[in-house]
Amino acid sequence: MTDRPGLAAHDITVSYGRHTVLDRVSLRVEPGETVGLRGPSGCGKSTLLRVLALLHRPDHGHVTLDGVAVTGARHTVPATTRIRIGVLFQNPRSAADPRLSLTDLIAEPLRAMHRPPDAVATRVAELAEATGLTTDLLRRQPHAVSDGQLQRACLARALAHHPDYLLCDEATTMLDASTQAHVAAVITDHQHRHNTGVILVTHDPALIHRWAHRIIDWPPTGT
Amino acid sequence: MTPTLAVDGLSVRFRLRDATVHAVTDLSLTLHRGELLAVVGESGCGKSVLAHAVLGLLPANATVTGTATLHPDGAPPVQLIGAGERQLRTLRGRYIGLVPQSPATSLTPVRTGRALLTETLRVHGRLPANADQVAEEAGLDPHDLDRYPFELSGGMAQRLATALALAPDPGVLLADEPTAGLDRPLVDHTLDLLRRRCDAGTAVLLITHDLTAARRVADTVAVMYASRIAEHRPADDLFAAPSHPYTAALLDALPDRAFRPIPGHPPMLTALPPGCPFAPRCTQADDACTALPTTTHGTACHHPLTPAGAA
Repeated sequence: MTDRPGLAAHDITVSYGRHTVLDRVSLRVEPGETVGLRGPSGCGKSTLLRVLALLHRPDHGHVTLDGVAVTGARHTVPATTRIRIGVLFQNPRSAADPRLSLTDLIAEPLRAMHRPPDAVATRVAELAEATGLTTDLLRRQPHAVSDGQLQRACLARALAHHPDYLLCDEATTMLDASTQAHVAAVITDHQHRHNTGVILVTHDPALIHRWAHRIIDWPPTGT
Repeated sequence: MTPTLAVDGLSVRFRLRDATVHAVTDLSLTLHRGELLAVVGESGCGKSVLAHAVLGLLPANATVTGTATLHPDGAPPVQLIGAGERQLRTLRGRYIGLVPQSPATSLTPVRTGRALLTETLRVHGRLPANADQVAEEAGLDPHDLDRYPFELSGGMAQRLATALALAPDPGVLLADEPTAGLDRPLVDHTLDLLRRRCDAGTAVLLITHDLTAARRVADTVAVMYASRIAEHRPADDLFAAPSHPYTAALLDALPDRAFRPIPGHPPMLTALPPGCPFAPRCTQADDACTALPTTTHGTACHHPLTPAGAA
């Protein structure tokens, strides 16, 4: 079972101080599928996504990526592993370095992986085209663009390395209907071309029914 | 019936170093007692600037023209645009309340919710002992009043901000994205709370990007696009048969409808086209659209989708 492809959390427990946020939860997403996860505010959905994104080390349990256990968090997981998992957060204002131009924001993960400058420029242009960011917008810093424009830049950044898995934490909640539909279309297009596995955390019932292939109610227990 | 708030020909410009932002252009609307008006539109279309202009809260590089007249109960009408800070201070909170967009940045971190709420009640001549009741009404557990704003979750901070705005019982309530960051049950709770206030006689202006929220509670809906009102009609009519092609396209983007984004992007507010601002993205556009449309039957369009007079 463990060598099945997919990103999975097994029996995850996380506590902040004496407060247990996650108590033996498990969740799996397979390549090419969109899993919708829904649950009340404060139930630990975001913490579980942080564990799956290898940004937070659980107290118990482990994460497997295509059957291989990836333990630890941040510095102990190689960048080549973490780069396979993209994350898109709810609030782009707190997810974007306010000093960077949108171009640098999108290019940062590519440069971190030492891609040559011309390859970086080509990929940024591709992503800008897909997400509908004009040359004028790319030159600006986050304070000079709208929430919707900034979230599209964060989406471009998350897709820069063609991640095998994309985790979306209420990623369209702050957006107007048209931008939401656009972000969903860009993600679905990427999924079709690269067989991306997508986890969608949202409390919008209409959105989850329209977008997710499989809906899981909190707490998730199956892999 | 005299409207509680009447905005007429309101325009707001921001001067930047090398450009002028046209945030609100020639906007007129009225708000009556017991009416819930939702202003909807894409982010950056000028919705929030409208609320801040009415309250005199814009930064110094803003130029505001037009009028916004407040008719408080049992007091002479007041012209809000151009009013002095001293006069505005007597009106804000007491006659026009604001539920701000991001409570995390508008609540002082050095005082507890209870300190903020009891002060608000005392300043406006209400009993500080009512704090628990006001908090509960806004969906906030009174125990959480003893916490500091940074100890509250986003949703709890939003409910505290709502409680602070409701405490002086203002006749006009401006709610700027009051449901941002809340989950669906709390969104519904907040909307129902605004609706109840409204039914008790308050005039509510709900600014939101969430069409589902507007559909749930609004009596009338004004759709803003590129600093102007594109369509302003009764909510039931607008959702059943949108008249402006922009409204129709926006509704089509909803996940329970076509889930189809509107092609193209809204124009920059620093470089608005001379004619209809939606024309470059509009399927109905023709030569007539190079001229600015006038507003007929609540719709600013040369080619409205519903027959004239239907609204």
